[in-house]
Order: sequence, then C-alpha cells, then structure tokens
Amino acid sequence: MFAQQLVNGLVVGAVYALIALGYTLVYGILQLINFAHGEIYMIGAYVGIAVLAVLGTMGLTQTSLALSIVLVFLIPMIYCAAYGITLERVAYRPLRGAPRLSPLISAIGMSLFLQNYVQVVQGARDKAFPNLLELGSFQLFGAYVNGLQIFILVLAVGLMAALQLFIKKTKLGKAMRATAQDRTMASLVGVNVNRVIAFTFAIGSVMAAVAGVMVGMYYGIVNHHIGFVAGMKAFTAAVLGGIGNVTGALLGGFLLALLESFWAGYVSAVYKDIFAFMVLVVVLIFRPEGILGGSGGEADRT
Amino acid sequence: MLELRDIHFYYGHIHALQGVSMEVRPGQVVCLIGSNGAGKSSTLMAICGVNAVARGEILLEGEAIHAREPDEIVKRGICQVPEGRRIFPHLTVLENLEMGAFLRNDASGVKEDLDYVCSLFPVLHERRAQRGGTLSGGEQQMLAIARALMSRPRLLLLDEPSLGLAPRIIETIFEVLARIRDEGTGIFLVEQNAHLALNFSDWAYVMETGRIIMGDEPGVLRDSPAVREAYLGE
Repeated sequence: MFAQQLVNGLVVGAVYALIALGYTLVYGILQLINFAHGEIYMIGAYVGIAVLAVLGTMGLTQTSLALSIVLVFLIPMIYCAAYGITLERVAYRPLRGAPRLSPLISAIGMSLFLQNYVQVVQGARDKAFPNLLELGSFQLFGAYVNGLQIFILVLAVGLMAALQLFIKKTKLGKAMRATAQDRTMASLVGVNVNRVIAFTFAIGSVMAAVAGVMVGMYYGIVNHHIGFVAGMKAFTAAVLGGIGNVTGALLGGFLLALLESFWAGYVSAVYKDIFAFMVLVVVLIFRPEGILGGSGGEADRT
Repeated sequence: MLELRDIHFYYGHIHALQGVSMEVRPGQVVCLIGSNGAGKSSTLMAICGVNAVARGEILLEGEAIHAREPDEIVKRGICQVPEGRRIFPHLTVLENLEMGAFLRNDASGVKEDLDYVCSLFPVLHERRAQRGGTLSGGEQQMLAIARALMSRPRLLLLDEPSLGLAPRIIETIFEVLARIRDEGTGIFLVEQNAHLALNFSDWAYVMETGRIIMGDEPGVLRDSPAVREAYLGE
C-alpha cells in the first residue's frame, strides 16, 4: 500500500507542480494570483483532445506514434501560451497600477468566463481523452506502475529541470529574475518589462498545457470543471512551497500530492480534497511564507 | 546633447515637475542640486521614460524621446544610477553587471567592459560570485555605477551617489566618475551634497518645488547668497 500510494502521489505531484509553476512565476513578478490559471490547464486538455481527434482521422496516430505524442503536447502548449498572453493583455495589464483587489477580481472573472466559454463551446458533458499510449505495467516493491506513469514523471521532471536551467542561465531568464526583484530597475537597464511579463505568462501556460494533456491521458476523461479544483490544489502547492519561489512550487506540488495520496490511502479517500485545503489553512496560519518563502529564493522579491 | 523643454509631470494629483527646462552639453558635467522633494529624482525618471511626462519635450541630440519606453531610452545611450542603488539583491554581482549589458549583443565587447569596470572597482571582481544584496553600501554604489557603465552610455545619470557613504568611499567613487568624464561620457549628477556637486561640475542648476530657479556656472552659484544659505550651509 505504501509503495502504491507513493507512486500515485508522485504522478499527481508532477501535475500539481507543473501547474503551480504558473502561479508562482506570475506572483513573483506581479504579486498577482492569477486565478484563471487553472482554466488554462483545462483548455490545454481540451486542445489535446482536439489534436488527437484530427490526428486520428488523418491516421497519424497509427502510422507515427512518436510524432503524434509530440504534436499532442506541442499544439496545446502553443495554444495555451497564446491564451496566457492574451489573458494578461486583456485582464491584467490595464489594471497594472490599480489597487491589488482589482486584478484579483479580474482574475476570478476571467476564470468564470473561460470555464463557461468552454462549457458553451464544448458542451457540459465529460469528454473522453482517447488512449494514445498503450503501455504495459509492472510491479515495483509491491506497487503497480504503468508505463504512462513513468512517462508523465520523466516528462514533468525533465521540463522542470529545463525551466530551472533556463531561469538560471539564459539572458531572458535573468531578466525574469531581475524584473521580479525590481521592476523599475529592470526597465532602467533596458529590459522591456511588458515583454518579460507576457513571456512569464506564456511559460506558465505552457507548463499548464502539458499538465492538462498529462491528466487527460492519465484519467482518460476531461470536463470544463477540472481547472477549478486542479487550480486550487496547485495554488495550495505554490503557497505551501513559498509563493514566488520556483523550487518551492515544485517541492510544494510533490509534497501536497503525497500528503493527499497517503491520506486517501490510510484515512479516507472521500475527504481527500478537504484534507488538501486543510493543509492550505494550516500553512497560512503557521508559516504563511511557505517552506522556502522569504529565504531568498530565485524568483523571490525582497 | 540632452535638452528638457518645459517638462510637466504629475505624481498622482501632485504637480511634481512644473515646467522644467535644462540642458546638458556634450562633454559637460552638469549637476542639479536642491532639497528633498524638490523633484530631482522625478526629473531623472522622466528622462529615463519611467515617469510619463504630461507636457513638454525631452530631446536627445535633437530627437524627441519623452514618449519612448525606458528600454528604448537605454538603447539610445542614456543610463541611470538610481537613488538607493537598486541592486538586484538575489542576483550575483556578475549577474548584476550582465544585466547592465542586457541590450548588447557584442559578447566580446561585453567581456572587455566587464574587465574594464572591474579595473575601475577591483572589489567587484573579488565579490563577483556573491549576491548583490550582501554587499556593503559603498560596494553597492560601485556596483550600481559599474552596472550602468556596462550599457556603454553616452550620458550617465547619477542620483545621489554619495548618499550615506563614508568620505573615503565617496572619494573613490568621484575619482572613478572623473575618469569616466575624461573618457568622454556625459554626466548629469543629482546631489544633495552641494559642495561636492559644485566642485565636480561645469554647469549647475538649482531646483525648488518642481522648478529650476537658477542655472549657471558653479562658481557663480557658489557666490550667490541664496545658494550659500540654503545649500552650502554658510
């Protein structure tokens, strides 16, 4: 049981962590909780279904599996990046100088709008996510592990490592950190701050799109509500790790999912979500800055 | 080289700059003195495109730049060392310097300039792997100046570079500024320390409540009873 819950927790944790990155990156730069971020993830899953449908009718899923897998991730990534950039442009940039409550309300409004928009366009019923990868499963320390779980974990961890490297080493990554630490100063050395902010939304959305497609593949089912709960969980994960801190978001994602998984296994599967949000409440009471928050993380502001 | 014509700027409802006009000629060090809240920093931020001016023109070699974004102004060769230094606290000293060269694509030139600014301030080389936030005040001021130089500015704007620093460090910093001036970079200096500013400049302006009330050679200002009383403490 322990090993099984550990494996389940790690897979879900990878998804939480990917989504949490979007919350934490945007918060690091704008001190804004982008509550519409969960919806971007949901849209990623829907675009994945659409891509698979097209590829299926073209017969590409039969002839070239590798290319299909690349496309089923790549196209939602591009699509969601465009959504993220548009979201910032439409809902947040006009409110840049406004009191903090205004962009927050705008974020909640965008979340409701996107959810309902997808419901109208795609219908309220659950949609099946076609099974693309037929991978076998095997036993490891008494836990059933299937190929899809390994695939999700490897892809997610690879993306996280790539993002960390990007933020640490590249010019644009340094500009993101500089902008998070002092936006005006970044503009005084020649950083186009608006472009960096748009790019930050794009990166967060790309990660969310990957998470959306992964979850679609994993559970085989998608509806327009999935963004809400996943978004709240990932937000909890980001707060748990220390919002604004990239490593913290990854840590928080895995930690929350593992806690949740063990709770579901040993205590009660029904109260799993309640437990997750209880964690949020406890963190907010006893360590509001999160595990790594305030300790000078990379995307941290002072 | 740089000309401000009748600049007005509002900070919320406060009319912070009320028709500021001034000029920086090529090869000149120009200073702006005045008390706290007179609008000196607002003027610098207006030149850099951070403060959107309500009325008036800012011309850089004849080209209007007052409607440009801050990054476009840096690209045109104006760089500011802001008040309070504003080092990126979680970036290393080296990364702070690299940020200064953000708009440049000539890797070998950037490398040369890194060596150059480290020769101006050897302490930065020693501290290159340290986080900017861990430096002392004087070291941060040196880093802030070095970071600005990394953009290879034609005109360097300095906001209170002496503030809160020990006399020995102020001396070091002004020695370096003199060297930069001699190498042909224009300097526009905002200072509360009027003695220091007047000694270093070729031309000086005095600002009071958002207006330029005087502009003349430093010697003339030094002899003016009003300036002596208000700014030189005599």
